[in-house]
Amino acid sequence: MDGAELAGQILYTWLTLVLGLILLPSAFGVSLGISEIYMKILVKTLEWATLRIETGVAKQSVLKNSASVGIIQRDESPMEKGLSGLRGRDFELSDVFYFSKKGLEAIVEDEVTQRFSSEELVSWNLLTRTNVNFQYVSPRLTMVWVLGVIVRYCVLLPLRLTLAVIGISLFVIGTTLVGQLPRNRLKNFLSEVVHLTCCRICVRALSGTIHYHNRQYRPQKGGICVANHTSPIDVLILTTDGCYTMVGQVHGGLMGIIQRSMVKACPHIWFERSEMKDRHLVIRRLKEHIALKEELPILIFPEGTCINNTSVMMFKKGSFEIGGTIHPVAIKYNPRFGDAFWNSSKYNIVSYLLRVMTSWAIVCDVWYMPPMTREEGEDAVQFANRVKSAIAVQGGLTELPWDGGLKRAKVKDTFKEEQQKNYSKMIVGNGSLKSELD
Amino acid sequence: MGSRASTLLRDEELEEIKKETGFSHSQITRLYSRFTSLDKGENGTLSREDFQRIPELAINPLGDRIINAFFPEGEDQVNFRGFMRTLAHFRPIEDNEKSKDVNGPEPLNSRSNKLHFAFRLYDLDKDDKISRDELLQVLRMMVGVNISDEQLGSIADRTIQEADQDGDSAISFTEFVKMDNH
Repeated sequence: MDGAELAGQILYTWLTLVLGLILLPSAFGVSLGISEIYMKILVKTLEWATLRIETGVAKQSVLKNSASVGIIQRDESPMEKGLSGLRGRDFELSDVFYFSKKGLEAIVEDEVTQRFSSEELVSWNLLTRTNVNFQYVSPRLTMVWVLGVIVRYCVLLPLRLTLAVIGISLFVIGTTLVGQLPRNRLKNFLSEVVHLTCCRICVRALSGTIHYHNRQYRPQKGGICVANHTSPIDVLILTTDGCYTMVGQVHGGLMGIIQRSMVKACPHIWFERSEMKDRHLVIRRLKEHIALKEELPILIFPEGTCINNTSVMMFKKGSFEIGGTIHPVAIKYNPRFGDAFWNSSKYNIVSYLLRVMTSWAIVCDVWYMPPMTREEGEDAVQFANRVKSAIAVQGGLTELPWDGGLKRAKVKDTFKEEQQKNYSKMIVGNGSLKSELD
Repeated sequence: MGSRASTLLRDEELEEIKKETGFSHSQITRLYSRFTSLDKGENGTLSREDFQRIPELAINPLGDRIINAFFPEGEDQVNFRGFMRTLAHFRPIEDNEKSKDVNGPEPLNSRSNKLHFAFRLYDLDKDDKISRDELLQVLRMMVGVNISDEQLGSIADRTIQEADQDGDSAISFTEFVKMDNH
């Protein structure tokens, strides 16, 4: 056989294998167990690697091996204690020490900027990109790493790309076909089938292993689902287990095609860029949607931007003003197998997807939580914070009051003014009295 | 992909910084990671904007002064050496250092150097004296708009009165140190 025929044969066998082993089972929601075997081998390899690294490093200087412990011991005491004062104490020249200490602590390590870059791993997971401080340990480890590179780039990547392409094409074709039907129950059923099948294929394309917990609390029709946001993959992970109505901006290019075809099969809410600025318009459309109780639940990410999955940042109150039942969902990725965080200032969407597809796997836990509604006398902001705390506790994430928008924007001056006010109260508390006595 | 911390910081440089500042090997590597993550322009130096991007520092009433302390006279960029040198003032004193050689050069994080750092936060024109105006400026930064000019003025006056010993209506470094001691 000459070259072209050989290539054709290989392609043919390849596609048949993919179809038989992956696509068909996905369509029926069945798993053949291949990915489970892969994961088991992977976990064993990584554990072996960790052991080797620890024995290797013990011989050299001890490396700080807990990434969550900072370089310095931060003094979390509030201003009153930090300035060792009671109310109404006088100003002292050394007061300036308190502020400079806090300032330097923030320079060395602050709570906010670290959330906008990938989490540091406790132990290396054999990916070049996470190799920050790990020095050469042993030849065997290096060999395993080389093997890993070959497996990831030459075996897994082509497989995943094939699946992704098939998944997306099937989705676009499927939804367009389903979109031809009139709006009736058959259409809804078929739309769900197409959605779920293609999502499962795409999840396989990322070697995703997802554990869903508390499925009895899955978001119901007419409700709003809120979740913490780490990457665009969050959407994929949630829609593999149920259909949602998406909310978002209209995009161009490939995303735009996907958006337009999705809308044909079931109603989603896409906004033009200009409309997004009009908050009232957005809220009104969302309200109209949930008023029709048989519509699919709306999926919203109240943080507004991708955070690195170690913490939950401020929830924007807009989603909590719509009314209706909120179904919180916590999503936590396991960083050992691959970094799911999309650092949009560093990577564009294509390089991000390539990085994800050349990781080991995407492993995550999804916790569905009992529905919450706004209580009497609670305003949108308090409600948002309550939901945020619940999600943070469930997912084991730190809770931060800071706005995710700080990724790009400057912090508001009101925070500084608050500190100044507190300090003023301290040194002048009984100050008016004092100046009279002088 | 971003720059890899350990590959860009040469071993000789690391050793020099270790000797000068007293930070350990791992501390220096971590701080170098921090430095590079703050350096958005990726040119090996930090500008004032890079510091301002830290929210907790931006809301600190003395934020601007603290940032200033990192930059040498008249310059707008600070490199890693300068960054470490300033941070070294606040490295916690370790037990094994307390019995060190008394005749050697004073470590960067001695009490005296910390006081120097604080003194320079006040003394903007670097004339080794804190004048009433300079004191007022720092006070104003710390209290914002919440205290009137007269009240602030009397606080400043009283402070200078308590500290000033040579009668020049300004606080010198020695007088500053004495105030700190009681």
